[in-house]
Amino acid sequence: MSVSLGAFVAVSAVLFFIGTAGVLVRRNAIVILMCVELMLNAANLALVAFSRRSASVDERGSVFVVFIFVIAAAEVAVGLAIVLAAYRNRPTVDVDEIQRMKG
Amino acid sequence: MIQNVWLIPALPLAAFLISGLLGRRWLHHWTGVIASTAVGASAVIAIGVFLEVLGGKTRTIVSLYEWIGVGDFRVNVAALVDPLSSVMLLVVTVVSFLIFVYSNGYMAHDHGFYRFFAWMSLFVFAMLILVMADNFLLLFVGWEGVGLCSYLLIGFWFERPAPYVAAKKAFVMNRIGDWGYTIGMITIFLVFNSLNFTDVFARVEENPPTQSVLTLIAIALFFGATGKSAQLPLYSWLPDAMEGPTPVSALIHAATMVTAGVYLVARSTPLFAAAGPALGIVGIVGAVTAIFAATIALVQFDIKRVMAYSTVSQLGYMFLALGVGAPVAAIFHLATHAFFKALLFLGSGSVIHAVGGEQDMRKMGGLRRKLPVTYWTMLLAGGALAALPPLAGFWSKDEIVGAAFTNGYPILWAIGIFTAVLTAFYVTRALWMTFHGEPRDHHLHDHAHESPGVMTLPLMALAVGTVVLGFAIGWPPEAGFIHRFLTPSVEIPGESEHVAEVGTIVVLAIVSLAAGVLGILVALAMYVRRRPDPVAVARAAGPYYRILVNKYYIDELYDHRFVDAMRALFGIAWAFDIHIVDGIANRLGWLAVLGGGGLRRVQTGIVGNYALTIVAGLLVLLVAYGGYAAGVFTR
Repeated sequence: MSVSLGAFVAVSAVLFFIGTAGVLVRRNAIVILMCVELMLNAANLALVAFSRRSASVDERGSVFVVFIFVIAAAEVAVGLAIVLAAYRNRPTVDVDEIQRMKG
Repeated sequence: MIQNVWLIPALPLAAFLISGLLGRRWLHHWTGVIASTAVGASAVIAIGVFLEVLGGKTRTIVSLYEWIGVGDFRVNVAALVDPLSSVMLLVVTVVSFLIFVYSNGYMAHDHGFYRFFAWMSLFVFAMLILVMADNFLLLFVGWEGVGLCSYLLIGFWFERPAPYVAAKKAFVMNRIGDWGYTIGMITIFLVFNSLNFTDVFARVEENPPTQSVLTLIAIALFFGATGKSAQLPLYSWLPDAMEGPTPVSALIHAATMVTAGVYLVARSTPLFAAAGPALGIVGIVGAVTAIFAATIALVQFDIKRVMAYSTVSQLGYMFLALGVGAPVAAIFHLATHAFFKALLFLGSGSVIHAVGGEQDMRKMGGLRRKLPVTYWTMLLAGGALAALPPLAGFWSKDEIVGAAFTNGYPILWAIGIFTAVLTAFYVTRALWMTFHGEPRDHHLHDHAHESPGVMTLPLMALAVGTVVLGFAIGWPPEAGFIHRFLTPSVEIPGESEHVAEVGTIVVLAIVSLAAGVLGILVALAMYVRRRPDPVAVARAAGPYYRILVNKYYIDELYDHRFVDAMRALFGIAWAFDIHIVDGIANRLGWLAVLGGGGLRRVQTGIVGNYALTIVAGLLVLLVAYGGYAAGVFTR
């Protein structure tokens, strides 16, 4: 039996909101980054599902997913570097305590 | 030669630029030589121009270029060369040259030497523009230029407070007068649509505007003249101007600049003659100033201040002459006065130089053996000022006073005669206190020495002018060379000649001579024989003496009436500026600061808040898109 498109999209939406909630409520910068990854992958799941559903021969949606992987990798590299730099500056990864940009 | 008339002001201008730009670093004391040479060359050209005018070219206009051309309104940078301006050119350049030579000695030890000559050259340039101009606007350029140079040179020793205060006073009072000149000039433009002397005076004769307009113009111009020529009510800057170096006093505040007002009125004779009461006012102001300043000069102890008040008084005589319809006599007196008053000032400078800067006559005395050249030349100049024949002052002053009588102004004549007595008195007193009697300060007396040749030679040259100028150009009275020469350019149209009989002339001359002799005799009685003793006289005169010593309290009156009122007015203006003008700008600034302060709180620095904002924004967009897709907004 084939899983319906609605199920894919529902899982994708659940994952995305879990990620969003994580970004909003967690304070640990590393966990926030992980949640961002979760949101990106939720989007990937939706893209793959739509790609599969549309009966096109070229896997245009899947190609998009590959692009997002690459960008996510770059984003993680930069994000972790920032967290590391912030940690060196001040020994914490709690984003609520890093408020030096306060106006 | 007349075509080269522009060289006359160009040379001093070049000297100004060279001295001013190169003097400080490179030329130093050569600036004096350069400036003197330039002015000397100007004098030579001026003599050439004068001779050519004498030879018959009585009216030439040398246009340099068109300055303003709007529609049919034209103002050219052009020189009007006629007998009046050629005489002025001659007087200005010759007297300036002698004073420049003298200054080389007088200013030799001053660290501002180059600056002095730069500004003096600029002054001569401006003065020459003033007397050459063929229109009211160009004349005003020179008019302002001499005012500026006067300010710069009075405040030459600006390290001390008195000179710069005096300079400021002179400038402000001149500006008040300039206001009158400007009003007059603008009115002339509005009425005649031209500023050319030729056009304006032609219109006055052929097609005059109403009497009241002409009177307004004449009074306004005359008010300007009172500022420049130190007449009541704007005279009080001139005595203070003595804070400048003595050659400046001689050149600017005795011989040339202060005669600008006289020149202006003489130049505008057709206008004034047609303007009803204007000439009468000129004459009355002149006469009152003459006697007013002469009384102050009676009791001053600063040798330069005596000369300053004397200058104010003599300028009053010139305006008196203009007022009674004798412009030739006014210019005649202007020329002779330029020589003998410059000589008196330069002589005073020589004395001051000799006694190490002391100006108080009470500390001098007995200097005649120490300073023989200065003494004899000043004696001649003093005689000219007291109007003793055959010295220059006699001819010109006698003519003024005589004209007042024959033209029907007996009261002005009486004032003139009485002023002549006062004049003779104060000049005798000043010369006696300086040169005769016992030395009162032995320290000063012992160190006194005659000035070097570079200073005494100009004195002698001026003395020659003082002796011969009067009868050389003024003989016979009322019909001498100066009259025949000048009358075409200053005659009053329609005025019949008041030719006095020979008997009247002789009687008038004897009366004015008697007045001079009387003044001298009284002064000699008081200061030589001490009978009556001047101190006792001063004590007996009590309050009157104090009024004179305090110069009628005019400075105090001006301070209280005008300066304080102005200060109060400016206080209000200041408050308006601070509270309203600045206030608005500051309040706007505060608004921006407050707004920024509020918005600042948005930037919490907490990443979570930003993320929340992003998500909230996203939700809003989603809801909006959902609504759009569902067609909520289309209906």
